[in-house]
Amino acid sequence: MNSLVTFARRYTSINWANINPVYFVLAALIVAIILNNPNFIEPTGYMNFLKRAAPLAILAAGQLYVIVSGGFDLSVGSMITLVVVGSSMLTNNDPAATMWVIPVMFGMGALVGLINGMVVCYLRVPSLITTLGMMITLNGFAFLWSGGAPRGYLPDTFRFFGRVSYKDIPLIHMLPVALIVLVVVGLILYWLMHKTNLGRMIHAIGDNPNTAKLAGVSVNQARISAFIVSSLSAVVAGILLGGFAGVSTSVGVGYELQAITAAVLGGAVLLGGRGSVPATIAGALTLMAIFTLLNFLGMPQPVRQIVQGLILIAAVALTMRRKGKHANS
Amino acid sequence: MNTISLDKPLIKRRPFSFEKWAPALLLLTAIILYVVACIVTGQTQYLTLDNLLAVVGRSIALGITAIGQTFAILVASIDLSVASLISASAVLSSVVMNGNPDMVVPAIVLALILGAVVGLLNGLVITQLKVNPLIATLGMSLIIQGVLSAFVSNFAGSVPEEFQFFAYGSVFGLPFGTVFFFGLAFLAFFILRYTRFGSQIYAVGGNPDAARFAGISTTKMIVSAHIICSICAVIAGLYLASRLRSGAPWIGSDGLYDLESIAVVVIGGTILAGGRGGIWGTVAGMLIFSLVDSFFNIIEIDAFVKQVLRGVIIVAAVAFYSVKSRRAVA
Repeated sequence: MNSLVTFARRYTSINWANINPVYFVLAALIVAIILNNPNFIEPTGYMNFLKRAAPLAILAAGQLYVIVSGGFDLSVGSMITLVVVGSSMLTNNDPAATMWVIPVMFGMGALVGLINGMVVCYLRVPSLITTLGMMITLNGFAFLWSGGAPRGYLPDTFRFFGRVSYKDIPLIHMLPVALIVLVVVGLILYWLMHKTNLGRMIHAIGDNPNTAKLAGVSVNQARISAFIVSSLSAVVAGILLGGFAGVSTSVGVGYELQAITAAVLGGAVLLGGRGSVPATIAGALTLMAIFTLLNFLGMPQPVRQIVQGLILIAAVALTMRRKGKHANS
Repeated sequence: MNTISLDKPLIKRRPFSFEKWAPALLLLTAIILYVVACIVTGQTQYLTLDNLLAVVGRSIALGITAIGQTFAILVASIDLSVASLISASAVLSSVVMNGNPDMVVPAIVLALILGAVVGLLNGLVITQLKVNPLIATLGMSLIIQGVLSAFVSNFAGSVPEEFQFFAYGSVFGLPFGTVFFFGLAFLAFFILRYTRFGSQIYAVGGNPDAARFAGISTTKMIVSAHIICSICAVIAGLYLASRLRSGAPWIGSDGLYDLESIAVVVIGGTILAGGRGGIWGTVAGMLIFSLVDSFFNIIEIDAFVKQVLRGVIIVAAVAFYSVKSRRAVA
């Protein structure tokens, strides 16, 4: 209730120019989708949309940590592949195995993030190269582990998170588990980024690592944490994708670039210092909404690619203009 | 990439510049690895001149792309659109030629124009719209790939026998592709080392503000670097079309030419922040890549293990000299 009051108070003195344009774009796209396909207004329509968008939204929110700290994480796509392939190898069709496979995957994710962060901090390799190397390596591991052709299926207990929806819920009829995961992870990442010292430190080192250091930020610790958050979010995305995408060595392909695109759509400034978790999630939903709309309009895959490219450039150009107006930097 | 360098000014010259010699040391290591592997496995037939030329020949397209990428990285930019541009150039030239020797020249001219236009657009989006180069060229890459796959989905057209000279011909007993590559490398070296344009490239990459105050048009330099980079990618595409005898829309992205050309440049000692590095480092980087690949082939390592090790080697090679730098990393 209290937050509702503050929200209302803020709403009355709202400055429209300060609202991130991604929310308007998202709203406009949703209206366009509904006009094209009235079914979208039904719970099954938008709930399935949110379910499909959940992995990308979580991945993008994790990627944002690395972007705000001033780097890139190109390894998340292959991390997703490794999670899906590795889980299918480890569970080996045993439904009970899910209980220990998921913690193992999180452990693996934390390890990959730790290595990424330590290579960047202590070996001083630029994050672009570090995570590129990690991407190639993890892809190699995924192939090696599965012998090139992954076999078997993930058990239903594992696919629960990505596939199942609770039915017969009042008002909304269905509630996908993936959406619950998105909300929980989104809230955690929001809190960590915008309400804790870690978030403030990540912003500080992305803005200017030297001043941050002089101000007493433990730069390495914050930077390594950002990489770990990014890898862990890739594990969550991988678990969700394993639920509805099936097992293959190409599940994660292209997700790293989509995650960066989503963060950029949400107004994150590349090379650090600025970014918001809710806006990034909105950015991911925007990207998925664009794909959905193009799909409804019967546009083929190549057109999707072209549109994604144009939007990417336009979004950054717009962010730079906004930034120029506000901060003149 | 725009962080302020913390390096102390080099008032006295250090007796041995580790950063300068690191690529050569890495290359030496790669050569020793290769030779030792040949001797240990008893496959000394791989040590002949012909075979060494074949080792180099395998990476000509990557090397040509990396020479262009060096220009982009030297002005503190980066180009991720090279892979799709390689595909576009290979498909365009092979479709235009379509087996007809008379169309070779028009096809090459068309491809070069395409490269110049893409480079110009990249440069303008980066300098005028102030879009981060990574995003600008990534967006451009998606656009090129989309347009390309809207038209073709498989090998399209064919190149005439005459054009296959580029990849298969030989001059003075040496493969033409290799001679061409070293010629291009020398030209790039000459431009960077001995011309005003080259000095301005380094100046803009080293410190854009200082360069602007010194009267250099940073816009012009960044746009030029991107045009050079795109034209090199187009030449690599022409080479691949000649080698494969046709062009397909996936040859660039399948070869990972975007990320690998960046890795080659960085292994060669050119720093991503711009303003430092050079062509011979890039040539060394490309030779390291091909030697390591051949080394893996000689010791007959599993293909998947090879991929794992490749990733590790890229990072390790860059770490080899970056670990000593005191610059801020991102």
